[in-house]
Amino acid sequence: MPSPEAPQTLFEKLWRAHEVRAEEGDVPAILYIDLHLVHEVTSPQGFDVLRARGIPVRQPSRTLATLDHSTPTSPPDASGRLHYVTEQAQLQVEMLERNCEAFGIELQGWGSRHRGIVHVMGPEIGATQPGMTVVCGDSHTSTHGAFGALAFGIGTTEVGYVLATQCLLQRKPRTMRIHFDGALGPGVSAKDMALHTISTIGVDGGTGHVIEYAGEAVRSLDMEGRMTLCNMTIEAGARAGMIAADEVTVEYLRGRERSPDGPAFEAAAERWLTFRSDPGAVFDREISIDATRIQPTITWGTDPGMSSTLNGVLPAADTAGIERALQYMGLEAGHPLSGHPIDVVFIGSCTNGRIADLRAAAAIMAGRKVAPTVRALVVPGSVAVKNQAESEGLHRVFIEAGAEWREPGCSMCLAMNGDTVPPGKTAVSTSNRNFEGRQGTGARTMLASPSTAAACAIAGKLVDPRHIGDSAGGA
Amino acid sequence: MEAFTRLTGAILALPEENIDTDQIIPARFLTATRFEGLGEHVFADWRLDGNGAPRQDCPMNEPRAENSSILVAGRNFGCGSSREHAPYALMDFGFRVVISSEIADIFRNNALNIGLLSIVVPQSLHARLLELDGQEISVDLEACTLSVPGAGGDETFSFPMDGFARHCLLRGMDRLDFLLSNETAIKQHEERL
Repeated sequence: MPSPEAPQTLFEKLWRAHEVRAEEGDVPAILYIDLHLVHEVTSPQGFDVLRARGIPVRQPSRTLATLDHSTPTSPPDASGRLHYVTEQAQLQVEMLERNCEAFGIELQGWGSRHRGIVHVMGPEIGATQPGMTVVCGDSHTSTHGAFGALAFGIGTTEVGYVLATQCLLQRKPRTMRIHFDGALGPGVSAKDMALHTISTIGVDGGTGHVIEYAGEAVRSLDMEGRMTLCNMTIEAGARAGMIAADEVTVEYLRGRERSPDGPAFEAAAERWLTFRSDPGAVFDREISIDATRIQPTITWGTDPGMSSTLNGVLPAADTAGIERALQYMGLEAGHPLSGHPIDVVFIGSCTNGRIADLRAAAAIMAGRKVAPTVRALVVPGSVAVKNQAESEGLHRVFIEAGAEWREPGCSMCLAMNGDTVPPGKTAVSTSNRNFEGRQGTGARTMLASPSTAAACAIAGKLVDPRHIGDSAGGA
Repeated sequence: MEAFTRLTGAILALPEENIDTDQIIPARFLTATRFEGLGEHVFADWRLDGNGAPRQDCPMNEPRAENSSILVAGRNFGCGSSREHAPYALMDFGFRVVISSEIADIFRNNALNIGLLSIVVPQSLHARLLELDGQEISVDLEACTLSVPGAGGDETFSFPMDGFARHCLLRGMDRLDFLLSNETAIKQHEERL
């Protein structure tokens, strides 16, 4: 064990600060959880554990719930009724409403101006802060690491543990630093960085590790971009991604509902900025990526590591995995990606459903029309994102272009609320997973940035967003 | 949680790499508010075609599948979503052990928490187990060994296992009891906040 004076990584600092009990031989560490986020899909059986034992939620004030996965993204009908995909989906949502009521947990439910995707909602109200441990029964909890927090997804049994004890049993993961050298080129986004990174280290490249992202290209990202990058960390197999807090983080948090006020904010900010890796801190693994070489990127296969630049060509089918993926996607080895026709565009999700993402998509769509062969959906990540977008007139840009402007939720990212891509149809999605059937049975998903997705919607085919002016033609 | 000590059972091999939890249990089945009965939908989109008819080429549809208790899967099994529905669906279908050369972190945690023994083995042994599709092997959690049929009789291989997970599995022990027994330490931590 290093002495207290030895340089520490950001991860080590957070880990130590939250150890209720350190690891001892066979017994894992007990880690204290500062913020427990809850949604309807992965919590019902967790609450059942409390009921069965007759115990309360230990820290209701450290628990925060929202409705996002099973909720419809169509507005209520004239009578105010919501149309759920199934009765069971409605029952699941109502169960979380009842559980929050019964156990005294704050719920950003129907009518809340913050209801939305759990990883959009938490940061937006200032609940996620640097130095915290954050968990949720959701693998994309890695998103919150963008604030210099240690944030990771857990299973439902563990949701029950955290509800009951505010603690988790954890083995200390290894550390990895990914350093981005240089700046991103124009038209290249955090999503492209994420996809490029996953294809570089592999979909299991981060297994057993916590990744810290560093370097000029990371520092230059706004908080939305940092969240996109950390969000996709799980797609490389690492449970947590993190970025040390800086002035960008502090300014994002200033004035948010759960942020401290006045002098307390300045004191908190000073403390937040101490959560960073010391010079000379040793990581188990270090990787460098040349940010200047990253181009707009899109996935062509059935895992998030199977990607290419938009001006690239499809690989040869030289492994069973690639062959199966190309066949599923209806693509041919060696063919160019650019120009491949598409059917659906989905802009939204915990990866890219924030205001900056919608602005990027709107900038491309403004004054243009979605190709007649394409169904385009824009799904804001939360009610607050929706309101902000509407106050900026972005919704009019989308509607005038021919896209659907929908209610907040996870929607077509995992397609459990009825928003699905039909079998055999190809969708360009700003979400995080392109697994077989992820967006509906037989659906073919290609993951890309909001700019790329918007450009493809206009062109009706795959196109580099930097060339939308020339290749969209009159479409 | 049901205790696990040792088991002799038949292997079902799914050699595909990176089998994600969306394959194991598609999201449309996640509106369930109980974990019981998910076995019916395990690998739903691999087992059924677009018309809901069983696919002939899916090993999960072979009559032997229901009697197989050991799943040997390709590298990086269980990647993707944290849904605990995935290990529950596998257990409900009848698996008690999952073996791969690499298992995704969250899936592995979830599996061990609910009593689905998940074992990581070196690539050479993994390749051999994939070839033993349909044959019986023995798993001994007490000794952390696998007994595998070979040319000259059974061969024994040891596998690494987290000591605490092993302790809990052998006794069918719920980790929540252990966490609750640390009340004093938790309280002390909270007083420092």
